[in-house]
This record gives sequence, structure tokens and C-alpha cells, in this order.
Amino acid sequence: MTVVNPDALLPSPHPRQLIDADGRPSGLSDELPAAETLLELYRRMVVGRRFDSQATALTKQGRLAVYPSSRGQEACQIGAVTAMADRDWLFPTYRDSMAMVSRGINPVEVLTLLRGDWHCGYDPYLHRTATQCTPLATNTLHAVGLAHAAKLAGEDTVAVVLIGDGATSEGDTHEALNIAAVWQAPVIFLVQNNGYAISVPLSKQTRAAHLADKGVGYGMPGVLIDGNDAAMVHAAMTEAIERARSGGGPTLIEALTYRIEAHTNADDASRYREADEVTEWLARDPIDRLQKYLLAQGILDQDEIATIAAEGEAKAERLRAAMNADAELDPAEIFAHVYTEPTANLRRQAAQLAAELEES
Amino acid sequence: MTAALETAVEQQTVTMAGALNKALADELRADQRVVVYGEDVGTLGGVFRVTDKLAAEFGDARVFDSPLAEAGIVGTAIGMAMHGLRPVVEMQFDAFSYPAFEQVTSHLAKLHNRSRGKITLPVVIRVPYGGGIGGVEHHSDSSEAYWVHTPGLRVVAPATASDAYWLLRQAIGSDDPVIFLEPKRRYWAKEALTEAPAAGFDSALVRRSGSDVTLIGYGAMVGTLLETAEAADVSCEVIDLRTLTPFDDETVAASVRRTGRAVVVHEASGFAGYGAEVVARLTEQCFHHLHAPIGRVTGFDIPYPPPMLEEHHLPSVDRILDAIDRLQFDDTVVVP
Repeated sequence: MTVVNPDALLPSPHPRQLIDADGRPSGLSDELPAAETLLELYRRMVVGRRFDSQATALTKQGRLAVYPSSRGQEACQIGAVTAMADRDWLFPTYRDSMAMVSRGINPVEVLTLLRGDWHCGYDPYLHRTATQCTPLATNTLHAVGLAHAAKLAGEDTVAVVLIGDGATSEGDTHEALNIAAVWQAPVIFLVQNNGYAISVPLSKQTRAAHLADKGVGYGMPGVLIDGNDAAMVHAAMTEAIERARSGGGPTLIEALTYRIEAHTNADDASRYREADEVTEWLARDPIDRLQKYLLAQGILDQDEIATIAAEGEAKAERLRAAMNADAELDPAEIFAHVYTEPTANLRRQAAQLAAELEES
Repeated sequence: MTAALETAVEQQTVTMAGALNKALADELRADQRVVVYGEDVGTLGGVFRVTDKLAAEFGDARVFDSPLAEAGIVGTAIGMAMHGLRPVVEMQFDAFSYPAFEQVTSHLAKLHNRSRGKITLPVVIRVPYGGGIGGVEHHSDSSEAYWVHTPGLRVVAPATASDAYWLLRQAIGSDDPVIFLEPKRRYWAKEALTEAPAAGFDSALVRRSGSDVTLIGYGAMVGTLLETAEAADVSCEVIDLRTLTPFDDETVAASVRRTGRAVVVHEASGFAGYGAEVVARLTEQCFHHLHAPIGRVTGFDIPYPPPMLEEHHLPSVDRILDAIDRLQFDDTVVVP
């Protein structure tokens, strides 16, 4: 077994950044993604944010049971997805709807879980995106297993698993990081450190200076980045994915970001955080900074900004219309997929429900 | 069921551990998608030697040691199955499976349903279970009630070496996740391997015919029931459930309707145990055929006792005979 130099696995002492909060290049211009990639990151973040705000609005109209917004985390989710190939697998949580929409999944199908007509609305194999993880951190192990199987099959498929700062306290995350490193599985752990696990701040989750510091303990590189810098997220993810693809094993990336909205529409964030804190983070907005940069570089102009905003608006309108239609429900389906073939017991219970519905 | 199941198995005498080892080897040989892993299953061949020599024969990409992490073992098996493999993983001892509880109950059992059948998880979790081997704490649990209460899982518990072989092959061939409970105190019991499965994967089996009372059990208890039947002064029919979920209502109810009396036996605690479900189902289905309330003989409602006291806890022939005596063969006997 190759012994790695622990120092080489340590993250930078400060979050790496390519474009600062004011939209200026941070001096690592050779690492900046190409202009068309940056423009695509901008476009997808704008469309993603509009999706997110539309989904929140749908909770107020009773069309969604609940929605956990990821406003403010656009750079993490879009930066990750744009660095992935179609053959790679994404393992999202319930707060990663923007990443999933950006991956190409029908927004209505992304929201099936939260509308409540089924636990998952899309075919995981169609977009190589696992079902959304609700018991947090459990998806880390699925990602490691899938990545290992892909490696055994001789494929160069990489798995990307999305977790938050809270999930790093779970035992499954520890087991997944450890197993991934031991097996050198091609998997990227992207921690969207948004500062809170519902109401519990990071200071009550960990004594580590940075979550990325934990990588070295597992024998894998830990990378600390500015999670509101889409260019940085994309570049760091691209580097980690390429390393994994070429047999270099897993990477732990901590992206510092912030959850602008409450945990969900049902949560009251004023009970646990100051409004000033939100204001500070709004000044580091991922879309604003990339827009400033692109405008200054002449990659983007006002016409294009309006075109992209209109695209987001049109997609939101389509989502609104689709979600205003009542979901099609088939009560018999609750028995259909429990086993690959329904058991005699379930056939009897399905018949009972069918008879009850017949009578009613 | 895999095609290889039709392959004739040479008539030979094996221990249950040997039969399980052979089943794994035959499946590894027949299906490249099968991988076997867990704690100590590679180089060592498992603490009970069930995976003996498999790593050497099939290579460490297909049979390997995992880190000591049960949730990790089951969680990664889920991911591997999503990618088309058919993992067979080992929980070293029953009580060591509990760290994996969330992965089993929230994902392994539910992903097929959650994904509307798009994801199938042909994962087998082998669990050496039960007492009677003088194991210290955490080495003798019977955890079946946790698993059978989780829709989406199949739960299997063989009683004989031959059934261990065939049921494990059928479990590996199943597209549903299977919890495979191995009665560890029968690991060294020798038996001839039959050339074909004794019954279908979901079927209970009448191990001994009788006319007065039906004794129902699974795993290590089947041997105890057969001994009881020998010792009893009434005619006992012995049913080996083999598969706990789905439950074979047909075979069991038919027997109880014939005999009119039944005793359900398991090592696990009785309160809200598997036997309670069996009794409830049989009462619902056979009420007018019953001459007495269905009896239960189970472990007491206590944490598994220390090894020097376990004989008092485990259902014994005498305790089962007492339960049979209480089945109102003589109406003048007052039931306490």
C-alpha cells in the first residue's frame, strides 16, 4: 500500500476562491473555467434560483407539502452538477432540488417527494441520480458502494454525493469516508456547509476548524473552498472528479455557503439566527458576483441577462401550471412495488382496499 | 432462481457451515455479479468459516474483508446492487447487525418501493443468529422480529444443512433483499445434501407428520421440535417455516385445521414476537377447527442471559412438552 504524505492531503488554510464577493478575479486566473462554462454556470444558477423561489411559492398555495429551499447554495449545486459527466452518478438530499433540475430531471418529478404523491418521481437510472436522501448521510454509503461497483466493472464512472454540515456528524458519513478511502472508490463528498442543521449552528456540530480538515484522517484529500463562488466549485469538483476517474480515489470537499431561507417553509429562522447574519451573506451572493465578473469581462451583457431571466420565468410558469394540476393517484400502487412480485399477503390487502374503494 | 439451481448436487454429507460455503461457491461460480464481503470473510474465511477458501478461489475483488462497519457494509451493498451486483454480506453476529438497522429498514427494504420498482436490490444479508453456543453478551440474539416487521424484506431461517444450501442459493437468486438467519448452533450438524430443494423458496415444510398437534418453528428450534415429537405421548406434526416472510399461511393453516391444536416455538422473546403473529393468523384462519388456544413457547422477555444461564431461557423439549399438555386434551384439566 502506498503511504501518502498527510501534508499533501490538508486543505488550504483559507477557503480557495477564484472570483471574490465583489466579482473580481482572486489571482488564480489559470484555474478559472472557460468563458462559456462560466456563462453556463450563471445561466443555470439564475434558472435554478427561479425554480427554488417558485417551489417555495407553491407551498404557500398548498401545492407542495413542504419545501426546503437552497437559495444561496446555487454555486455549490450548479458547480457540482456541471463538473459531472452524464455517466456519473449524483446522490442528492432533499435540499438539492436545484442540482437535480440542472441535471435534467423534470422539475415536477423532482418535486414529487415534496408534493407527496410518491416518494420519488423520476427514474434514477435515466439521469443517473439516486432517490433524494431524507435520513441524512445515509446516501454517502450508497455512493461509495456504487462507485466501487463501477470500478470493479472497469468503468470510469464517478459518484458525487451531496451532504450538509450536519450530516458530517452522522456515523454513516464516517463509515463512508473511511470505506471510500480504503477501497479508493471514485467518489466525491461535497459538503455544502451552509452553517446550520435546521437550527443547530456549526459550532455545535464540530470542534474542527474546518470540516475539510477531516479528509487527512481518512487518507484522502480535503479541499476547502468558497461555496458561493461557482467558478471555484466547478474547478474543484472538476479536479476531484478527474482524479477519481483516473484511479486517484475519493476527495472530501467542504464548500462554505449559507442557507438564506429557513430550513423549510414550516421553519422560523428568527428563533435561532440574527437577521444581520443573513444580510452579510446576501452580500456574498453567488449569482451577483458571477454576474459582475461576467459583465466586467464582457462575457455577459444586459440583453443576455434579460434573456436568461426570461428563461427562468418561462420555466417557473410551466412548473406552476404543471403543479396546479392535481396529482394522479392510484391507491393500488401502495402495494405494487413493496416486493418485485406482490406477496399473497399484499394481494389480499390490495383486494381489501379495492373493495373498500368500490363501496365508498 | 438462477439456472445453476438445476445443477445436480452430489450426494454428500456436510455440516451446515459447509453447505453454506458450497452455496456461496456455487453462486460465485454461476453468476459473475455475485460478490461476498464483510468482516473477516476474506483471508480468515469468516469466524464460523462459512466463507472458507472463497477469497483464494474467486479473488479479492469478489470475496473481501470490509472495514469493521456494519452500516457501511449494508449501505455499500445497496450502492453495489444499484450498479447491478448481487452482494452477499455477512453480519458477524446477530447483535452486531444493529448498527446497520437504518440502512436495512430505511433503504434496503424501501428503495424498490420508493423508486416505483426502478431500483431492485438483490442483496442477501447473512446473519448467524440465536443462542446455544455459550456465547457472551451480544453473541446470541434472535433479531427476526425486527426484520419481519419491515415490509420489503424477505426473512429466511433454515433448519438443516440441505435447506441452508438451497435456501441460500434461492436467496441469492431472489431480486428482493433477503435477511438470511443462520442458526449458528446448527453450523456443525452434519446432514446429506439433497439433489434438489425440499420445497419452494416461500414454502413451509412438514418435517414430520402427526395428527394430534402441530408444532411450528424455524431455525435451530426445528431440531428441538423433532426431539419433542419423539418424546411426546401424542402424535405431533412438525412444521419448519423456513421462510418467515412471506408467511406460508396455506401449509401451516392446513396442518392446524387437521390437528386442531398447535404450539409455536422460537428462541426470541415472546412479547410482540414472531410467534404472536403466527398465533393471530392461525386463530383468524382456523378458529372453528381449534380445540384449545394456540400455545407459545419462547424465550423469556429478558435480555439474552449470560451463557451459564442460557439453558433456562431457551425453549427445551420439556418446556414444549408441558405446553402440549396444556392444550386441553382432557377437558377436566384446569388450565392455570
